[in-house]
Amino acid sequence: MPEHIINFNDVTKKYFRQTALKNVSFTLPRGKIIGLVGPNGSGKSTIIKLTAGLARPSSGRVTVNGKEANRMLASEVAYLSESDFLYPFFTVAETMNFYAGMFTDFDAGKAREILNFMQLEPDKKVKNLSKGNRGRLKILLVLARKAPLVLMDEPLSGLDPLVRESIIKSLLSYVDLGDQTVVMSTHEVAEVEPLLDSVVAVQNGEVRGIAGVDNIRSMHGQNLVGWMKQIMTG
Amino acid sequence: MDQPFNNTQPIYLQIIQRLCHQVVRGELKAGDKLPSMRELSLQVGVNPNTVQRVYTELERLDITETRRGLGTFVTGNEARLRQLREEMMSEQINSFIKDMKGMGFTPAEIIEGICKSLE
Repeated sequence: MPEHIINFNDVTKKYFRQTALKNVSFTLPRGKIIGLVGPNGSGKSTIIKLTAGLARPSSGRVTVNGKEANRMLASEVAYLSESDFLYPFFTVAETMNFYAGMFTDFDAGKAREILNFMQLEPDKKVKNLSKGNRGRLKILLVLARKAPLVLMDEPLSGLDPLVRESIIKSLLSYVDLGDQTVVMSTHEVAEVEPLLDSVVAVQNGEVRGIAGVDNIRSMHGQNLVGWMKQIMTG
Repeated sequence: MDQPFNNTQPIYLQIIQRLCHQVVRGELKAGDKLPSMRELSLQVGVNPNTVQRVYTELERLDITETRRGLGTFVTGNEARLRQLREEMMSEQINSFIKDMKGMGFTPAEIIEGICKSLE
């Protein structure tokens, strides 16, 4: 098994005339919870989409688990999109069944456990769920799978503190870092810091720094937000 | 989840301190079982790898011992626990004295101040 689960090798990504990522190179280790932080438009989502194989680099190479990142990786990568991807006419239970059918690593027992923990009603249609409960359902679908790589694009965005807490708790309860790696982009830097092993700071399409969260505190004597302010410009 | 962590020390160190406080206060006694790593990570809301670092360090300090398949337990070694109590006391006292001296108090003033407050 390759040592690093994700490898970006001199990756540039352009959309028409906009450059989302400029010559980005980094590797990420297994078995950790890694945060992608940075302002809106910095390139965090692009990094996640390239890793999920949903987009291809304009130049450079993205490998996941030693293989070229493309949609064939869907079996090894569980991806939680920032956008609304749930079918509104499905009930919660139907959504879970749909995912169970799509992914062989979907663990129905685990899914039911998470369902109870989140207190979601199985027979409620997705379109009738509150935003918070839709957020809970999205994470349920990702955590019920045993994928080696879990990618989450802003899983806490726009959700109230109680929902955020239940999402964080379910992440801690249901992820197995012995077999899995989690990469999540977030704005909620201070809230998420206790969850993170390491952090990748992204700004203007470049990686400004990668550090272990414990090291930031012990070497720089400040928390994650302080470090970010230091290494980001403007 | 407990009170929030301070911003300057690594979180794993702060968790270690909290657990040592519990041991010294007697909330955790010799031979008591600590929560499992996953339980503690949930209770405190931190990364399981952080908890692993905490437990590894506590074991290295001989404050806890891990019994395979059973979990992690506070050491039964009373002498070690007494030593921990003394270590924590002198750490607090030294930190306090440093602050007080930093403000310009003399040793005599410091002692007088303490006696007064303890009355």
